[in-house]
Amino acid sequence: MATLAAPAPPGARAETPPSYAETNRDIIATLRPPGRKYFIGMAFVLAGLAFGAFCWAWQLRFGLGVTGYTPPIFWGTYITCFVFWVGIAHSGTLISAILLLFRSGWRTAVYRTAEAMTVFAVMTAGLFPILHLGRAWYFYWVMPYPNFRGVWSNFKSPLVWDVFAISTYLTVSATFLLMGLIPDVAAVRDQARGWRKKLYGLVSFGWKGSDREWHHFGRMYLYLAGFATPLVLSVHSVVSWDFAMSIVPGWHATIFAPYFVAGAIFSGCGMVITILVPLRKAFHLERYVQVRHFESLAKVCLLTASIVAYAYATEFFMAWYSGNPFERASFYNRAFGQYWWATWIMLTCNAFIPQLLWFKKIRTSIKSLFVISIFINIGMWFERFVIIVTGLSHEYEPWQWRYYLPRWPELGIVLGSFCWFSMWFLLFIKFFPSVAIAEVKEALPPPGTRGAER
Amino acid sequence: MSARPGVVAVFGRLDAAVAAIESLKAKGYANYRVYSPVPRPELADAMAKKESPVRLFTLFGALTGTAFGFFYAIATSLDWPLVTGGKPIVSWPPFIVIGFETTILIGALVTVAGMFLFAGLPKLGRAPGYDPRFSDDKFGVVAFGGPAQLAEAREIFTAAGAEEVKDV
Repeated sequence: MATLAAPAPPGARAETPPSYAETNRDIIATLRPPGRKYFIGMAFVLAGLAFGAFCWAWQLRFGLGVTGYTPPIFWGTYITCFVFWVGIAHSGTLISAILLLFRSGWRTAVYRTAEAMTVFAVMTAGLFPILHLGRAWYFYWVMPYPNFRGVWSNFKSPLVWDVFAISTYLTVSATFLLMGLIPDVAAVRDQARGWRKKLYGLVSFGWKGSDREWHHFGRMYLYLAGFATPLVLSVHSVVSWDFAMSIVPGWHATIFAPYFVAGAIFSGCGMVITILVPLRKAFHLERYVQVRHFESLAKVCLLTASIVAYAYATEFFMAWYSGNPFERASFYNRAFGQYWWATWIMLTCNAFIPQLLWFKKIRTSIKSLFVISIFINIGMWFERFVIIVTGLSHEYEPWQWRYYLPRWPELGIVLGSFCWFSMWFLLFIKFFPSVAIAEVKEALPPPGTRGAER
Repeated sequence: MSARPGVVAVFGRLDAAVAAIESLKAKGYANYRVYSPVPRPELADAMAKKESPVRLFTLFGALTGTAFGFFYAIATSLDWPLVTGGKPIVSWPPFIVIGFETTILIGALVTVAGMFLFAGLPKLGRAPGYDPRFSDDKFGVVAFGGPAQLAEAREIFTAAGAEEVKDV
């Protein structure tokens, strides 16, 4: 919305690297006033969000009985969505922080999108523990704060660890995103006019790109990446301990932490591909977000899919090898019991379909990557459903075994969560540069060196 | 600060800006400033800056966070002694998770605060010699000083290949 210059024609000189000025112009051009398609998309998203809000209001009015909960299955679709959205968040931090520490060049073009996705996904995930409460207005009871009753939260409970992990993750990833935006917002400010110039000036904290600013900024950014790296590994480990610290068969496994972290990065990279394909096309960013970037994302997907497939195999093997009848029954039930369909959707989408990425032709085809990424999203949602619902539906006592399926208010809230996430994302791409201007420039040959002479 | 008289040079080429900085340093200038759209190692090398003290903030913040996390978990457990799972009241292994998260939370926030402090942000006023092109594709070097020094700086900038030299 800030500018001015026309975007480059699509595919213009895709073979030569863009110059600093072209980068500035093309990326800032993504902020120009949106067209009709954008508003139509936004209208759909807001309608879905409104329906989700209606469903929640319905649930608050009539209680949790409107969901499909059947004792002992009290963790259903909401907790599935919670773990799913936290997982989606993870690849953003992987790409922005871990690959920064590894000095991996391909991250520059995609990391801003991934990082924004992280923040919005955590914002979505954070809603679900509240949504699944019967009396949602008491959610703050999990926070340890001085109170009249003299009661403190139980720090030995994984659920309280989760509160700390998720709120730390939201704070640190939002900080990381905002800090990375400072130089880019300053670049937008310098191309803008009027009140927009003032507003972007404020958001950029008056950044001027002086030597002093870059000097301290670079250190700060590096240390934030250093903090974010162990943080991202810890967050999904803590989420997995919500399950693994219990003694429910199918949950009580030491493999859970690494298995969940790999799954999280897998699902997140899938989501990055799903988002980047339309974004790149809509904004004509083919020169910046190239096929090789997609190929690198596909390789991360392939690696993490293989780790996840290995974890599935290990789970089934250990259930047999342990000789524990409950564990064996739980896993037999998972594959061939009442939820066989969910398990096989999970295995097909997560373990088998991504193996196609071994072929370079598929890795470099944007269309097939997009299709595979949709399968990954579906598969990873079902993975969490399988773990949570089959675990609870088939505990110890056969008279307790039940069958759970989500009812319409739950499905409405799931739809609403996707719309909530999309709403933030659609707003973000029109107010902030969705590709990191300064970092893309940093990866280009600077003016006055041999690579930049033309 | 904005009253300081100085000379700003606009460079379209990185190597010219680096050459200008090196000549300024060779003449003994210490009072100069460089604007660039991206951080370049060439510029940093030419200026030979000291290690940023932000790292001490990082260390201090992280250690404070660790101490705070453990203190909070231990103190509140003692204040509300509730035996769970037959474990001791102060059972430190689960508190590692709390301590770890607060280490990162406070460490990260204090690091950012350190950056704001040392970089002099937020700085909403004008910066001497700043030009919107410096966030696009130009490099800027500003020299401050008395009239004699500025005349010399002007020569250095022109010799280094500045596209534009003007007073600020």
